[in-house]
Parts: sequence; C-alpha cells; structure tokens
Amino acid sequence: MAGGAPAPGGVASQTFASARNWLLMPSWAVLLVFVAAPVAMMLVYSFLTKEFRGGVIWEFSTGAYDQFFCNRGLFGDEPCQIEWTYINIFWRSIWQAGLATVLSLLIGFPTAYFIATRSEKTRALWVFAITIPYWVNLLIRTVSMKFLLRDQGPLNDLLIGLGLTEDPLRIINTNLAVQLGLYYSYLPFMVLPIYAAVERYNFTLSEAAADLYATKWATLRRIVLPAVKPGIVAGCILVFVPSLGAFLAPDLLGGARNFMIGSLIEEQFKGNAGNWPFGAAASMILLTLVLLVLLVSATQQRRTKGAV
Amino acid sequence: MANGTTVAVDIRNAVKRYGEFTALKTISLGIADNEFFTLLGPSGCGKTTLLRMIAGFEDVTAGEIFLYGEEIETLPPHKRPVNTVFQNYALFPHMTILENVGFGLEMLGQSKAQARTRAGEMLELVQLSQFAARKPAQLSGGQQQRVALARALAPSPKVLLLDEPLSALDLKLRKAMQIELKHIQRETGITFIFVTHDQEEALTMSDRIAVMSAGELQQLGSPRDIYERPRNRFVADFIGETNLLDVTVDRIDGGIAECVLDSGQRLSCEAADSVAPDSRAHLSIRPERLVLGHDPAAPALKAQVRETIFVGTDITTLLTLENGPEITVRSSNSARGNKRVFAPGAHAFVAMEPGAARLLVD
Repeated sequence: MAGGAPAPGGVASQTFASARNWLLMPSWAVLLVFVAAPVAMMLVYSFLTKEFRGGVIWEFSTGAYDQFFCNRGLFGDEPCQIEWTYINIFWRSIWQAGLATVLSLLIGFPTAYFIATRSEKTRALWVFAITIPYWVNLLIRTVSMKFLLRDQGPLNDLLIGLGLTEDPLRIINTNLAVQLGLYYSYLPFMVLPIYAAVERYNFTLSEAAADLYATKWATLRRIVLPAVKPGIVAGCILVFVPSLGAFLAPDLLGGARNFMIGSLIEEQFKGNAGNWPFGAAASMILLTLVLLVLLVSATQQRRTKGAV
Repeated sequence: MANGTTVAVDIRNAVKRYGEFTALKTISLGIADNEFFTLLGPSGCGKTTLLRMIAGFEDVTAGEIFLYGEEIETLPPHKRPVNTVFQNYALFPHMTILENVGFGLEMLGQSKAQARTRAGEMLELVQLSQFAARKPAQLSGGQQQRVALARALAPSPKVLLLDEPLSALDLKLRKAMQIELKHIQRETGITFIFVTHDQEEALTMSDRIAVMSAGELQQLGSPRDIYERPRNRFVADFIGETNLLDVTVDRIDGGIAECVLDSGQRLSCEAADSVAPDSRAHLSIRPERLVLGHDPAAPALKAQVRETIFVGTDITTLLTLENGPEITVRSSNSARGNKRVFAPGAHAFVAMEPGAARLLVD
C-alpha cells in the first residue's frame, strides 16, 4: 500500500493477495512446464550444433540461424548473401495465413452475426452445429478433404455432372486447396469469439443509429464493428496463428510446391534427414513473428479503449 | 384537438399484432404541433409499441401514420425526421460525448466540423460542455440522460420521441429533469411525445395525455381533464388515488345522477356520458375532496376510523363505511386540517365537496 494510513481493508486484502498467490501456484506450474520450459529448450537447441541422423551435439553454434538467413555458396565458405529459400517459405506462409484470416473473417462475421441474432433457443443449436466437425480428428478431416478435392473426387464428379466443366478442375495440390483446408480447420475459431461479442452487443445501439439517420451500412461500420472489434481481433489471432504454423493442410492438400513453415519445421524433427537446431531456430523465428503480431494487436486494442 | 392547430403526428387506425397477440387495437389520435404529448399507461399497455411504430422500429400491422401530412409508416427509421431518447440512453460507448451528439448531423451529410460546432451548442443547452471529450461510461446516469437528449435534439427533429427517459434516475434528479425537459420543449418548440408509466410525471409535464391500457386508448385529454373527469374506472384508478364505491344508479337528469349506496344512502353526483339508469356503477371520489367532521350533516357518510397516517404534507385517514366498504380521506397538514384528526376507533362523518363524486362504468 502506498504510504500514509492503511486503508480499512488493508489487512484483509493482504491476506487475500497471499491466498491468491498460493491458489495460482498450479496455473504457474502448468505454464512453467508446458510453456516456459519448451520455449527455453527450443531456444537452447537452436544454438547447438547438429548431429547427423537427428539429435544435437552440445556445442554452441549460430549455424542454424546462419543456414536460415545466409547463402554461403556450395562449399559454405563464401561471405553471407541473403538466402531467400526459407524467407520465401515464411513469406508464403504469412501470406497464406493472412489470406485465410481475411477470408475466414468475411465468412465468419456474417455467420456469427446470423447466429447471434437468432432466438435464444436456436442459437445454442447453431453453435453446436458449428462445432460438430471438431468431434473428428483434424488429420482424418484433412485426409477426407483430400479425397473430396482430388481430380476423380466427388467435387469434380459433381462439377462435371452439372456440366460446369468438362475436365476435372485441378484443385488438389494448389493454394486453393490449402486455403480450403485452412478455413475448414480454423473457421470456428473465427466464428465463436465474434459470436460471443455480437451476442453481448446491445442492439438498441443499432436502433439509435438508425434513428439518427444512419443507413444499415453506416450502422455496421460506425457502431456494430467498433463494438465487436475485440471479438474480431480475437478471432483473427485464433485463425492467423495456427494457420501460420499449420502443416497438415499444406502437406496433405498443397503438395510439394506449397510448402509452408509448419511443414519445414516438422521435417527437421522427422526421421534421419532432420536438423534439430535448424528446426529449433525456424521455430524461434516463427515464435518471434507471432509475438510481434500479438504485440501490435494488443497496442491497437489499448488505443481503442482510450482513456477508459 | 383545438381547431386551427397543425397536426404533427396523425395516427389513423393503427393496429399492431405479433402473431396471435394484439399489442395495439385500432388506435387513432392526433398530436398537435408544439405539443408536449404523453402516452401514459401501465407496462404492457402498448404505449412503447406505439412510440416505436412512430420511430419506425416496429412495422404497422394495419393503419397509417402521418407526420406533418406525409405518410411515414412504410419508411425505414433512418428516413423519418423524428429522433428518439431511449430508455437506457443507448449512447455509443466507443465515441466521445461530442461525437455522440454530432452523429446524427454527420449522418445527415454535414461535415465533421459543422457537426461538431452544432454538437457543442447542444451540449451547452444541456450544460455538459465540459464533458465533451469524455466517453459515456465516465458520466453519471443523469449526465448520460442529458447527452441522450442533446443527441436526439441536435438534428432538429420535427418530433422528439421520449421512451421513459427518466425511469432510471433517482427521484430528486427525475424531478429536476422533468422541469428541464418541459423547459427545453418550450424553448425549442419541438413536438414531444413522451412515454411513461408514472402518472404524476405525466400530470406534471404534459399538455395532453393519452391514457392507454391493454392496447386501447382509454382517455385523451388535458391533465386536469383526466384527473377530474376520468372517463372510466381504469382511468380514475390509474391516475392519482381515488375511492371507488359500488352504487346502483337510480335516475339521471342533465348529467347529474342520483345513486344509491349499498347501505341505502342516496347521493347525487356528476355522471360520465355512458351511464344508464338502473345499472350498477362505481362512484369515484378523490381522497382530497372529502372532509371529515363530527356533524351528521346531510350528505355525509357515517364511518369508523381505522388508521391515521401522517405523510408530511398531508394526513391520510383510512375509514370503514357502514356495510363494509373502505374509504380514504386526505386532509392537508394545516391548522384547519389538523382539527380533523381522529383517533383509531372513533366515529366520524365523511362529507363530500360539491361535485367531488363522479359516476363511472367499468
């Protein structure tokens, strides 16, 4: 407590504070074991030397980061020139994840708005329907998607049957397939937080806007969107971050040409061809990127809340 | 309505049904230009529905609504030149007070600068200029209320709709706002349509009151009219306090009825238009129009005092008449009134001021 006479509730609130610290111990323990320790391990591994056939040699090295950013020629003895291979994979991943986020928002917002404006009874049913695919494992869902989209799959059969195309559309192993896989995987993460925000939204505000001569579009833009912005930001983060690290959809649906960060990292820890320090370094770079995104959105949020 | 005045809002045979439920049964009324008009009734009587129909938030099942001669019931809310003060204010939480007040003007196509200037003037009118840069959450309920008023007045609406705007305020603030609202209405000359369930508020502020119940218009008139000449039992009971005694009508002559109380005592009183001879009816007598006394003077009713309640400005005496009905008498807490305070159990005679009793049907 800051100086002067203690407030009447002082002792009680100190007791409360110490009780609170004790009660928070399990959460801290979980965070330590499952978040801090793995990140620390990854950080350490990224600065070790690789051993062939996987594993590491306990010897400090910046080789993994050097490999990521520098091209030192065929024999590795030239001065550092920028290596674009991995940066391009990162860039493509960011672009894919960003596109998936924007399109998920375009699909997810109207969906969430629709659900939140239903009657109370049917709302629960709609939310339930949105989560049904999640009862099935992601791997199985993604593999099913592969079968749906392939050249001789049901989707192409349907398109040909309807006479919309003569030859099967090439969907599998394209960016489009990756995008479809990402929406399918992460759309509910967009819908649910926006739904929660719209449900809390006071629709009298929309009436007030209409009363003050705002068209439907102006009401949406000036009143509804700012009010549900926290839900939109949460949804975007929940879609963007896992999309960025996704490897199932790009691997199974995108084929070799649509390699993304997730797959790159996954490969470094798989079988004998792996390179643990390089995988750890790529993970650290990805983590830094994600933290930057979160930081920007957090400062944005604080600015919107203003002086309150 | 008086002849020669412009009609601001003309509601013709408006009906509102939600599926099987009828919220409004064929209402017709005209609201005059510059009028402070109140829709009064208990919750669920349809008064808010009617207001929302004028604003455009509810569509009209049947009938028409005219605003200064223009038919508006099919227009969307943003195309109707009326503004609303909402019950819970509905201020935009992410905007400053100034932006809130300027919003309507901006939507009407004024530049941001113009809207701001006008919004500043409106804030001056409600004495909140110093809060212009704050967010609604930083203001008290009473201040938010005044922001809502300024926001609704800023676009200079032809008619201002107020949906129980004072119900969330405490008593003292409410009284102050009643006077301020009335004052602003006179100053701006805008037609106010005010919805409330508080009869005292309605009597205090209105030029005319429409009393509603169960989706129907019960009576339309000036506060005095409605208080002193209620048309039916519902209005008499809802507006102010009244004593209702069951009587049988003996005969009617020139608006004066001769009626018989259950105790056999005869009384003459003013009758509403629809009372027929030989029917059962109710006698409505305001407690303040009754006088307690010791003398069995002619048209006085014999009663026994049950309780005397001191309420500050007044003294209320509860009595039981012969044959059982209960009656309340209110006298002012003055030298004269205090002479008429009786102990519980005492016998007293209840006399009526001339014209105090009014005969009503259900």
